[in-house]
Amino acid sequence: MTALSPDEWQALALSLRVGLASVVAALPFALGLAWLLSRKRFPGRLLLEALVYLPLILPPVVTGYVLLALFGRHGPLGELLAGLGIVVAFRWTGAVIAAAVMGFPLLVMSIRVAFDSVDPRLEAAAETLGAGAWRRFTSVVLPLSLRGIAAGCVLAFARAFGEFGATISFVSNIPGETRTLPIAIYELLNVPGGMPGVQRLSLVALVVALAASAVATFVAGGALWRSRRNA
Amino acid sequence: MLELALRHAFADLELDIGFRSAARTVALFGDSGAGKTSVLNAIAGLLAPREGRIVLDGEVLLDTARGRHVPTAARRLGYVFQDGRLFPHLDVRANLLYGAPGRRMDADFANVVALLELQPLLARRPLTLSGGERQRVAIGRALLARPRALLLDEPLTGLHEGARRQVLDHLQRLKQELGLFTVLVSHRADEVASLADEIILLASGRVTGQMQVATFRARYATSQAPADALRNASNWIG
Repeated sequence: MTALSPDEWQALALSLRVGLASVVAALPFALGLAWLLSRKRFPGRLLLEALVYLPLILPPVVTGYVLLALFGRHGPLGELLAGLGIVVAFRWTGAVIAAAVMGFPLLVMSIRVAFDSVDPRLEAAAETLGAGAWRRFTSVVLPLSLRGIAAGCVLAFARAFGEFGATISFVSNIPGETRTLPIAIYELLNVPGGMPGVQRLSLVALVVALAASAVATFVAGGALWRSRRNA
Repeated sequence: MLELALRHAFADLELDIGFRSAARTVALFGDSGAGKTSVLNAIAGLLAPREGRIVLDGEVLLDTARGRHVPTAARRLGYVFQDGRLFPHLDVRANLLYGAPGRRMDADFANVVALLELQPLLARRPLTLSGGERQRVAIGRALLARPRALLLDEPLTGLHEGARRQVLDHLQRLKQELGLFTVLVSHRADEVASLADEIILLASGRVTGQMQVATFRARYATSQAPADALRNASNWIG
């Protein structure tokens, strides 16, 4: 097995970039939604929760089609963004949106579990000390949830890195723009003599997955070690 | 001056409490389940009662009839919880300064640290502290937020005898040196007798008596028994 070809490097770099950008873009929304779901009771909460988790259950190709309908040139959100000079259909930014939507449920789930495990009595204590809602969130809830937030980010990144169905139906397969690593593998599978490339890229995917898993374990392990030292 | 009237229904307790006290330190005394902590939570704004009116030193904190409810964060009450509730991710210094950000070095900080003997604890994390140390930090944290009143919920419960005496000494010094208006919740007659000026007796969500500390001492101070044993006695008072 030889080194990666320039095309393969390009696919790998794009997948890493899309994965990272999708987590960064989704994180603020995920934090807000997780907090709402964890701390607030309001009408329509169950519906909102079902919507958030929908991409996990829906066939990815359908999610991609819905994104195309929404963000395509003639979709409601696509026209809105086009008015601002932003086009996402068939662009790498569209791949980021697809990856962010697919990783979103995992991100929200992890963060919500972390928020749920923060003792609300500590927030009450902060409140008696004069802390408003925002300060309570940033100084108590957020720092005590870091482990869960980090774990959610790694999961969402891994999900985004491997995203295929929603991406290919939303932004297609354009080398250097939307041909991520999984799409490159799929393409090579359909090309005579593509098998060595498939093997190389699959190996790369394995290494990235292992690295992500190691990072997650390290983050969780570090936090564990700190809490044991304090016990 | 504290003026309080509350009505609230819990699943297992109907709260209907009213009293008025001009004492510097008021104790709510009664056995567990009497509704003492609920009264404290209502004063702090952590419990929104169905009906009620709370006036502290002339300021109306709650008046359900007029739709007034001052948010907890704006009440400036130093609440010392029974379980301490220190922030586990912050060291003692950061816990102390939580309610007073930006006052790291001022005289108040030095005073409170000296008064409660917290200097050797400043760099430690709450989970490494003993029960008594934790409670002293909780008291210091409440004081540094510059409260206009202190709310102490069973501040000595769960401490072993040595720590109990130590924290009690600190609370007595605080009372002498700061003279802050304080509401103390306790189920122990000896604590109440040594800290309070006036005592409100509570049982099953009702006020069953109110007396000055001298009267209380004459009746109970020889006994260190918890309030449960005194329930019958408190029924005929007031």
